[in-house]
Amino acid sequence: MKPPPPTTPAAASSSYAVVAEGLRKTYGGGRGAPATHALDGLDLAVPRGTVYGLLGPNGAGKTTAVRVLTTLTRADAGHATVAGYDVGRRPRDVRRRIGLTGQHTAVDGILTARQNLRMFGRLFHLDPAHARRRADELLEAFGLAHAADQQPQHFSGGMRRRLDLASSMILAPEVLFLDEPTTGLDPRGRSEVWETVRGLTAQGTTVVLTTHYLDEADKLSDRIAVVDHGRNITEDTPAGLKRAIGGDRVEVVAAEARDLPAVRAAVARVAGSGTAPSTDEATLRVHAPVAEGVPALTDVARHLQDAGVAVADLGLRRPTLDEVFLTLTGAGTDVPQPATEAAA
Amino acid sequence: MSTTTHPVPVPLPADDGAGRRLYWAVADCWTIVRRDLTHLVKQPSLVAWQLGFPIVSVLLFVYVFGSAMEVGEGVSYKDYAMPGMFAMTMAFGFMNTAMAVVVDKERGVTDRFRAMPMASSAVVTGRGVSDVLHAALDLAVMAAIALVVGWRPDDGLFPALAAFALLLLLRFALIWVGVLLGLLAKNQESAGNLFAVAFPFGMISSVFTPPSLMPDWLGTLAMWNPVSATANAVRDLFGNPVPGGGSWIEEHALLMAVVWPLALTAVFLPLAVRRFQRLGR
Repeated sequence: MKPPPPTTPAAASSSYAVVAEGLRKTYGGGRGAPATHALDGLDLAVPRGTVYGLLGPNGAGKTTAVRVLTTLTRADAGHATVAGYDVGRRPRDVRRRIGLTGQHTAVDGILTARQNLRMFGRLFHLDPAHARRRADELLEAFGLAHAADQQPQHFSGGMRRRLDLASSMILAPEVLFLDEPTTGLDPRGRSEVWETVRGLTAQGTTVVLTTHYLDEADKLSDRIAVVDHGRNITEDTPAGLKRAIGGDRVEVVAAEARDLPAVRAAVARVAGSGTAPSTDEATLRVHAPVAEGVPALTDVARHLQDAGVAVADLGLRRPTLDEVFLTLTGAGTDVPQPATEAAA
Repeated sequence: MSTTTHPVPVPLPADDGAGRRLYWAVADCWTIVRRDLTHLVKQPSLVAWQLGFPIVSVLLFVYVFGSAMEVGEGVSYKDYAMPGMFAMTMAFGFMNTAMAVVVDKERGVTDRFRAMPMASSAVVTGRGVSDVLHAALDLAVMAAIALVVGWRPDDGLFPALAAFALLLLLRFALIWVGVLLGLLAKNQESAGNLFAVAFPFGMISSVFTPPSLMPDWLGTLAMWNPVSATANAVRDLFGNPVPGGGSWIEEHALLMAVVWPLALTAVFLPLAVRRFQRLGR
């Protein structure tokens, strides 16, 4: 049959749970149809034990990336290892060490929750007694014990997702892939899933998460890769990403329109070198980038006080991930973006 | 948020090596079959719906059209139509297969299976085994109804069992057509449209009328339809009237009722497996 597995694959001892180098995947392109480069040289390095967010607009290639890493789709070029095994050459070894929760809740709606987990346990090749035991453990751990003998077709979206996650945890995978795990869930369902994911990472599972919800990436991820047009355009911690597109801004809201010139003057004195405050007449807002947020804030407050101007609001604004995302992907600008559909 | 301990509460099962592989290919197949059988048990209404068409057909053709149907001198239409109905139900079964395959594909269940360390053959073999079991159940219910309305197999038990085996063989061959079409179909709606293909395939045959009574070109088409071969072969085995057109294909119905399904399997099983493997492309 196959050569015996190396006892310690080189990559398994590395500090990365997932490594991808130059992954390419092209769909279509036959008979004059334009080819879609779902992945166009994607590189990733996911440190063990972290939650790693893949953030990007629809069609950026996130789902294709997950499909390649979970052995569902073969890449045209490049290579990837997951939990130390090459996804192209050792798919079975990869499959034993990963869990996948896709965009659909892929549980059987007609089998009960317990029957679902026992079936998946058997398909992960646990013996029947062990599969039964594991099912009970997971039902307990995922807060589904009360619904164990009900059919998932009658579950709420959040409960179905939790069962879906439990089904991915049969062998307590080294790497868990979550492809848009909260799409279509109500706020309560989303927070249920977030809680569950946090619990898993506390046990040391590496989580690779795709999402187009910025708040989700921000709340859950230790590191975020921003993916667009099939490439990893930047990678950092959520805080680092926010820092990267510009520092803090001081923002003052004037109480009345006639105060605007005075407010503008006060803000101008703390603005970073070479920058002028921007004024929004409609909302009476004046803001400017500053080098050091907190000292600038106290300074501007003193200047306003010296000038005898009372203001409606005064604060320090940090860029949101939305702004990071828009800046990096160029979405929302006038630059036309080539269509990248069908990353699914 | 994260720790450096690795999650190892569940040791990886030892399932490598040729013998273990074979064992798990069978065990995984059985796991999938049990899932499908559980569906049957939990959704008796689904079984009833799938049987609805043949049952309504039995009643229509025996009691509504039957009196006006003349298929031969002194031939009871009931005895003629009943084996045809069995064959037609087996032929239409591929739509159930296609629908089950497309539903699993659409809901991501197929992808979940493919991302698991189970034997990938089990997804296909499990479907095959459970569809044959399902078809056997369909046949049992239909035969019971046929007996109630007065149909009788006249040639004894063993030929009758052989007839049921041939019917299941046709259903088995068409499983691979169903799997292939289910994998090719975009969604449940397009799989539902398969009925437009299945209906003439089932009807342009000897199921309800002898091909010799049809226009020549259509009659030839009907005679060579695999459904006709099975229908005529089981009529013979049940001791029911067989349309005597005298053509080669009608004289060799029994042979063709074996050859056709084997040929269909030889063509469509590899195509279905190839399509399944190509899901990763």
